[in-house]
Amino acid sequence: MSASAPGSLLIIVPAFNEEAALGTVVREIRETAPGVPVLVINDCSRDGTVRVARAAGAQVLSLPHHLGLGGAVQAGYKLAFEMGYDYVIRLDGDGQHDPHSIPAVFDALRASGCQMVIGSRFVGDDNPPSSFLRRLGIRFFRLVLRPILGKAVRDPTSGFVGVNREALQVFSQSFPLEYPEIEALVVLQRKAFEFLEVPCRMRRRMAGRSSITALKSLYYIVHVLLGVFVNLLKYEGRRPRRRRHRAELGEAGGAPAAPSTQEDTWKAS
Amino acid sequence: MEGLLNALTGLSLLLIVMVLVSVRRSHIRVEYSVSWLGAALTLLVLSRSRYVMHWLAELLGITPPPLAVLTLVGCLFLLVLFRLSVIISALKDTNIALAQRVAILEFHLKALDEKGKAQA
Repeated sequence: MSASAPGSLLIIVPAFNEEAALGTVVREIRETAPGVPVLVINDCSRDGTVRVARAAGAQVLSLPHHLGLGGAVQAGYKLAFEMGYDYVIRLDGDGQHDPHSIPAVFDALRASGCQMVIGSRFVGDDNPPSSFLRRLGIRFFRLVLRPILGKAVRDPTSGFVGVNREALQVFSQSFPLEYPEIEALVVLQRKAFEFLEVPCRMRRRMAGRSSITALKSLYYIVHVLLGVFVNLLKYEGRRPRRRRHRAELGEAGGAPAAPSTQEDTWKAS
Repeated sequence: MEGLLNALTGLSLLLIVMVLVSVRRSHIRVEYSVSWLGAALTLLVLSRSRYVMHWLAELLGITPPPLAVLTLVGCLFLLVLFRLSVIISALKDTNIALAQRVAILEFHLKALDEKGKAQA
């Protein structure tokens, strides 16, 4: 696994006890994006997650103890940043995110110049309906985030996310630990970064149950709401100017990357 | 109110003994025992010294005086707990960073190992 080509892409899949669905997810990713490395971040699973991931052809980054979703995703971002990847796309390991939407996210990431692209279940129209509580929560956070972000976000809780090297640098240093999706948007806003939503197909999870039960929903809302405002209050000195930030990353990180052979191969297919 | 003062004295003595025993057995580090010892000694002095207790009650405008002691000590323990939350947060951040670093290093080591095996 190396990132020698400019515009190199890494796909990361955080996983905790996902042996039932993970194999299919990794195989689907490899069919959709042949030649693109897939990294499963094993958050100290107690089942056969590592075995299944390796058998399906993914590389595995195994955490020594359970860190939670944010800690696992950040570990993947750190590795990707250190290895020089220009783009990272994150999918869930339970099969909810259809890997066939990866090209849409990747294309938008490269063409738009935005630091983050969100695969949104609400931009397209062929997605299975979410639960009532989830829809309610999403509506609530849309209202909360609208004035903070300065633009509407339709699916702030989506974990189907692509980031470029600028966002990678920020997230490898600072990333929310629990329920990171919404707070990550605020972290980006604080850096004056841009995001974009593209339609993505979501499916019902192939196995397992959501960690956010009805009872935990209230905790989720309070926790995320607090996290959003804490991130807003954080003092980070002067707001960084985009030009200075890009200079820190070097030319490869900031400039739109030329298509590599690796990408051409799987895009054409 | 005499009963309350006696209970506070007992609590402070118990806390002092617990902290000292814990330090001796290395269950708590010296730097973290200081704030607990300070809070416990303050509680002991305030609950046994009538003069200091009345002066404090007058200063805070709280009557009866033992209630002033209770209020002050409550605030003191809250500060100690807050300080511990700050320390725990810093430790958690460090722990997460270390766990991620260990995982990344292990990943690189495995890759090197596999590369070596392939070359051999």
